Amino acid sequence: MKQRITLKEGTALLASRKASSREIVTALLERIESLDGSINSFITVQREELLRQAEESDRRRAAGAPLSPCDGIPVAVKDNIITRNVRTTCGSRILEHFVPPFDAAVCRRLAGAGLLLLGKTNMDEFAMGSSTETSFFGPTRNPYDRERVPGGSSGGSAAAVAAAMAPAALGSDTGGSIRQPAAFCGVSGIKPTYGRVSRYGLVAYASSLDQIGTFGATVEDAALLLSLICGGDPGDSTSVERPVDFMPEDLTGELKGMRIGVPEEYFQGVSAEIVERIRERIGRLEKRGAVIVPISLRYTEYAIPVYYLIATAEASSNLARYDGVRYGYRDGEARSLTELYTLSRSRGFGKEIKRRIILGTFSLSSGYYDAYYLKALKGRRLIIDDFRRAFESADVIVAPVTTTTAFKIGEMIDDPLQMYMSDILTISANLAGIPAMSVPAGLSSSGLPVGMQVMGDHFREKVILNVARAIEEDGEPIAPRL
Amino acid sequence: MVFEPVIGLEVHVQLNTVTKIFCSCATRFGSPSNTQTCPVCLGLPGVLPVLNEEVLRKGVSAGLALNATIANYSKFDRKNYFYPDLPKAYQISQYDKPICTNGSIEITVEGKTRQIGITRLHLEEDAGKLIHDERNRERVSMVDLNRAGVPLVEIVSEPDLRSGDEAYEYLQKIKTVMKYIDASDVNMEEGSLRCDVNISVRQKGAQEFGQKVEIKNLNSFKAVRASINYEIERQIASIESGERIRQETRLWDDGKNVTYSMREKEFAHDYRYFPEPDLPPIVLTDEYIQGIRASLPELPDDRKRRFVTQYGLPEYDARVLTSEKGLADYFESAIGAGSDPKRASNWIMSEVLAVTDADHIHECAVDPARLAGLLRLIEEGTISGKIAKTVFQEMLTTGRDAAAIVEEKGLMQISDRGAIEAVIDSVIAANQKSVEDYKGGKEKALKFLIGQIMKETRGAANPAMVQDLLLQKLK
Repeated sequence: MKQRITLKEGTALLASRKASSREIVTALLERIESLDGSINSFITVQREELLRQAEESDRRRAAGAPLSPCDGIPVAVKDNIITRNVRTTCGSRILEHFVPPFDAAVCRRLAGAGLLLLGKTNMDEFAMGSSTETSFFGPTRNPYDRERVPGGSSGGSAAAVAAAMAPAALGSDTGGSIRQPAAFCGVSGIKPTYGRVSRYGLVAYASSLDQIGTFGATVEDAALLLSLICGGDPGDSTSVERPVDFMPEDLTGELKGMRIGVPEEYFQGVSAEIVERIRERIGRLEKRGAVIVPISLRYTEYAIPVYYLIATAEASSNLARYDGVRYGYRDGEARSLTELYTLSRSRGFGKEIKRRIILGTFSLSSGYYDAYYLKALKGRRLIIDDFRRAFESADVIVAPVTTTTAFKIGEMIDDPLQMYMSDILTISANLAGIPAMSVPAGLSSSGLPVGMQVMGDHFREKVILNVARAIEEDGEPIAPRL
Repeated sequence: MVFEPVIGLEVHVQLNTVTKIFCSCATRFGSPSNTQTCPVCLGLPGVLPVLNEEVLRKGVSAGLALNATIANYSKFDRKNYFYPDLPKAYQISQYDKPICTNGSIEITVEGKTRQIGITRLHLEEDAGKLIHDERNRERVSMVDLNRAGVPLVEIVSEPDLRSGDEAYEYLQKIKTVMKYIDASDVNMEEGSLRCDVNISVRQKGAQEFGQKVEIKNLNSFKAVRASINYEIERQIASIESGERIRQETRLWDDGKNVTYSMREKEFAHDYRYFPEPDLPPIVLTDEYIQGIRASLPELPDDRKRRFVTQYGLPEYDARVLTSEKGLADYFESAIGAGSDPKRASNWIMSEVLAVTDADHIHECAVDPARLAGLLRLIEEGTISGKIAKTVFQEMLTTGRDAAAIVEEKGLMQISDRGAIEAVIDSVIAANQKSVEDYKGGKEKALKFLIGQIMKETRGAANPAMVQDLLLQKLK
């Protein structure tokens, strides 16, 4: 069997009976066994259960009744997505032993299509971080350079797909947590429109920004996996039902006459090599017949403060339920109710979580609400209007994803402000709720992946996936040397 | 100095929906602990609330019934605080955009009718319940989350109430209205109505309010009234002895009939309200609101006024009869079956309500049709009012129709002129002495003769006819 099995290839192998689900799963488990010791993509892999489910899938297919063409393909799932009977830690000590009694909506959809849970992937604690270094389970390493971070917070999912340990993976993106690790690890990652995918069972960080999305080794794979998890859900009042118009056959790479907006603000403070690479790739899109339109997203500079006020405010409330009373870490030394709260939370949460809870608690406090939270909501409105104007003159927006390529482990962890600033190019899409993705645009001179971002208007996933498909075709496929 | 109390009430009413506000768990009272829970109301990681539309409908009904304005746009907010009975560590409530504002209800105390303003009514979820116990000589606290997520409306009054009696009537009225529209079972024992009091006193005629005190732990309408009466006395006494009223929360001690200061708060609560991001705003069209308005039953005040005009009842009768929807329905059913309104009103208020509670009147063995049957016998002269009371008791125990009982026991009133004359003749013949006495001017003798005639007919003779015919014969 080939070293890398994509979702599409795996589906073909199963359809032609060239491989069984059990064989695919066994190959992936062996690869995880040999590689993940040094990468640390996975927090939990339930080997025996997975093999049992693969055999069940094989029996369904043998009986001529697969649940879908993808029945029997395993995918990795970020560990902040609730999985029934499989512990779901959010990369935190406070949920180290938490085994949920229910499934996230996306997991039910995957199971309904016969896909298997390969394992739960590592992440920044409660998705707060841009490097997967804040995980209680240790950092994940970048498959291209193990001294470097894979990005975050969905670093485990991105690295697992990059290292071909998983055909595809689910992640979540609150401020770039799919796109930035996709860029650092050289894979495709899409954050769909807010509401496109049910959040039921996604452990909340910042509810108005969180969205589940997908990673694939190819644009097609990311799109295919997204098509399996999206759709309106009565369990999530913020979800909506929209037609799926981005199946592989819809993604032709045809760009003739398409207006591609290029926001100047997204090229400031970005490393020269990335700027050069993105501009060169934009040139190739123009050669395909796209019309390049300079645009301005003038409130981009406010995105960081707006994001860190709104996200932390929501987080301070969302993470209040981890109080040691009913589930999760409970400190044994507590002698009173107040101590139960303070000790469990002080010792159960990591430093970055506590920093953000304190920030959010402060900005919601009476006397500060208007100056911070309310002002941030107004700023968010300006950013939304920015995009509305932009999409009047452009069908799609392209830009860099990150200001640098993957940085070294430990390089930024003690400088939270610098780490927050590195999210500047991704958080606006979350504030506006629009779909955005990262697609590989080759390697840098030092051999690290460079990502290119494509953003579209609400529910225009088809357009951005099509442009991403063209960008993918314009370059050579990349893969880490393992 | 003359003082005036200023009182406002915060009332929590549990809506009687079958399922909880944000999940499909049952809301039944008294089930074993934690059997009516699911990941959503347990606040497990990753869950999301979904608004129960029935809660919305009943909330709007409640607002309309309290004459409030229903907002076309309202939203939910999170009220953040830590407590073990609050699984998410925030309560989903409504803060600055409640679903209803600016309502009012009418109360009547000692014949005086007043409008009491309602500032707002909003939707929210209930918390769970802590159970404190002792296990192996150690004190333990347990959490029952059956109640977590049960739908509530919080009704906040304007500071318009001026006495314990008015507060009592206000609560009665809220209870009446909520039951009329079937929004709540309004049972204080089961916690489906809870009330906190805000009270201050000021010099009569003053514009500014005095320092406000909050009273909690009120388990009955009577406790609300008693605590207010106590607190008015306490505050006036404090002021008169030169003390300042402290802003505090006091608890009512039902046994000792006093309020006492709750432990001083260590710090003021900051609930850090912010818009609930997991729920879209509530946007209601005028059509939706009108649809609910159209589906509401006639409300107690309207029905009371109609009882006065349509049936010619005294104001008092109309108020008593409309205090419970079931009672008013019972009355109107009896009228529908042909009873005279005033006679039916008298009978219901004196006889029926003597043997059954107004809110259980539908269970009364004498249903409106049977009561009408009984009253018809009186109107037709078949039985006297006095006999009717005996028949009524018999109907209660046997559940049978009045006519059947009267027939079987031979209780028919004798209105046959010939039959009555025959008895009169025999009584006159047997009591010549009394006849002479009467003719000689002794009025008492007439009473004796009537008594003898009634005795002969075992009370069944029509008393009016007996008197008329006897007088004719004695002329």
